[in-house]
Amino acid sequence: MQPQLRILSSALVPQIIDEAFQLLVNPGIKVQLKEARTSLADAGARVEEEREVVQIPEEVARKALETVPHEFFLYNQDGDPSVHYGGDTVHFDPGSSGVNVLDAETMQHRPATTHDLVKVIKTADSLWQYDAQSTALVCSEIPKEIGDLYRLYLVLLFSKKPVVTGAFSTKNTGAMIDMLAIFAGGRDALVQKPTAVFDVCPSPPLIWSQFGSQSLIDLARAGIPAQIVSMPLAGAAAPVTLLGSVVQHTAECISGMTIHQLAKPGSPIVWGGAPAIMDMRHGTTPMGAIETAMIDAAYAQVGKTFGFPTHSYMCASDAKVVDYQAGMESSTTAMIGALAGINMISGAGMLDFLACMSTEKLLIDAEAIGMAKRMLKGMQVHTDPLAADMYEGINFKGEFLKQRITRQLFKEEQYLPSAVIDRGSIRTWQQMGATDTFARAKTQLQDLLNTYQPPELPLKQVAELQNMVSGLAKEAGMDQLPEF
Amino acid sequence: MTEQMYSAMAQSIIDGESEEAEKLANQSIELGIDPLDAINQGFVLGVDHVGNLFSCGDAFLPELVMAGEAMKAAVSVLETEMTKQGTERKMLGSIVLGTIEGDIHDIGKTLVGTMLSVGGFKVFDLGVDVPILTLVEKARTETADIIAVSALLTTTMVKQRDVIEALDDIGLRSAIKVMVGGAPVTRDWAEEIGADGYSEDAVGAVAVAKELLVAKAL
Repeated sequence: MQPQLRILSSALVPQIIDEAFQLLVNPGIKVQLKEARTSLADAGARVEEEREVVQIPEEVARKALETVPHEFFLYNQDGDPSVHYGGDTVHFDPGSSGVNVLDAETMQHRPATTHDLVKVIKTADSLWQYDAQSTALVCSEIPKEIGDLYRLYLVLLFSKKPVVTGAFSTKNTGAMIDMLAIFAGGRDALVQKPTAVFDVCPSPPLIWSQFGSQSLIDLARAGIPAQIVSMPLAGAAAPVTLLGSVVQHTAECISGMTIHQLAKPGSPIVWGGAPAIMDMRHGTTPMGAIETAMIDAAYAQVGKTFGFPTHSYMCASDAKVVDYQAGMESSTTAMIGALAGINMISGAGMLDFLACMSTEKLLIDAEAIGMAKRMLKGMQVHTDPLAADMYEGINFKGEFLKQRITRQLFKEEQYLPSAVIDRGSIRTWQQMGATDTFARAKTQLQDLLNTYQPPELPLKQVAELQNMVSGLAKEAGMDQLPEF
Repeated sequence: MTEQMYSAMAQSIIDGESEEAEKLANQSIELGIDPLDAINQGFVLGVDHVGNLFSCGDAFLPELVMAGEAMKAAVSVLETEMTKQGTERKMLGSIVLGTIEGDIHDIGKTLVGTMLSVGGFKVFDLGVDVPILTLVEKARTETADIIAVSALLTTTMVKQRDVIEALDDIGLRSAIKVMVGGAPVTRDWAEEIGADGYSEDAVGAVAVAKELLVAKAL
């Protein structure tokens, strides 16, 4: 039995959903794209064209929600279904779109470059705990017109894992789908076996911007999985109560899914988010706050009530270095997300309110994730009786190590952490240089990068991809792509 | 009696009670208290108190914002009275405020606007996603002292530089100071683009704006 956290009582869930449907009518949803308003109106919604406000009756939304697939897979570049969006399956991927990295030599936060992103991709590729890649960093030396697709370009060159990504402009959504299609064997093949999911964000409170609405429509029509990242900011851009923010999240997701399904019923879409509370002392958006994780667990439960695939932003910290706070916030929220059965949990590696990525932290977070995944396997019944037979011949001596069954089952029962986690004796620790977690992660990261093997990719497709991206780079004023 | 009135005024701001502040403002007019005294010896003390507590971490954003709203309510009543009397509140200076083109984040920007306006500045808040030219044009027509521009995204932050260049282009760079702020904005960035002022938070922004006016007068 997979251990579960269900944070909402069974009475609260229908109340949240009911209130969300009420919000869809009053005050309604602001939809800033004409095409989306028109399609909602055709489906039976009332549109106030001048205010760009749409009132979506419950029956209109419910009808659209009926066609949302309850599960789908993301495939790796070998064509294997390696990520399951659905049920209580739990996956993790690194945080995305950081702008800085924590430089482990200088301990400064500095703007990210191609070199940093390649390192992150190689690291996530090498660690089994990460089921998917993200497009983790925005490279500062790359023109911002192609900043989004350039990240995907690097991922495709250095990893075969599926990707959680997103575009910064409507034009680039299409280009990024084309990039994925090169390796998938065309757009149709990509729809059959999608290798990526695209994040799409509403603007709190209750707004679907032109770009957000357009992305929903374009992704639906293309048949490429979309992932709604609703971000109620409790106390600032959303009600201060955690439950109030969950209601807003529900309304933003339902309205987004309605726009999406009206464009093409049956296209895959995920009930996701990156909410936070507002820190009332500093005006910041703490991702590591326990209340942030509580909102995540709650909205995931609401999404599961509908049967939708789920996503959240957890396993991140607001600390500026990889210290106790970073560990505490990342592992606590990772565990809550895992117990909530969230299908894709993004955020590992991140510090400073998702602004900064630390590759060393990504490596350490893998251990928190390893432990969370072990937790999810639960208390397993390997033997019957549970214990009695194992006392045979023991005679009050601690000699279970001699038993065949110990040797057989210890790897099933115990998650074996990497050397980042110190479980040695104090003498061993001293002999090994009396290091802390971060220092061990630095060493291990070097080993990992030294032994990393790039994926074997078909040369023709690689050339096609490079041609395409260097063409787009030229258009953006960059004559040559960086070496790596 | 008047002293009691002043301290009730300050308290209404500290409590964030807009209706109470408005009521006290009206009462002070009936009692013949000079509106300027009501502001400077009454209400402002409340704002300063909350601002100081906030800076020390002992007051929180909701308290700060509600204090600002209560202050605005009181000042609005008193300014109407001053207009009737043919006097006016001497403002410290005028500031054109907005979130930069392409960026729709308004929480921080609006808070800065509230603090500047309760701090004695005339604020023209142009909202979010404000084109560079609109900011500059408004500053020109209002002969503003300062343009304060916010950005929450690294991708939009870069356009803060364009505000400064646009002012240069129309020859107003020396007449109008530029303040920048927002989550990704740092002191280094402000220096790099040649901005005149930068603050980490809304309370600090008022101090920076005051310094800029002093610098401007020199």
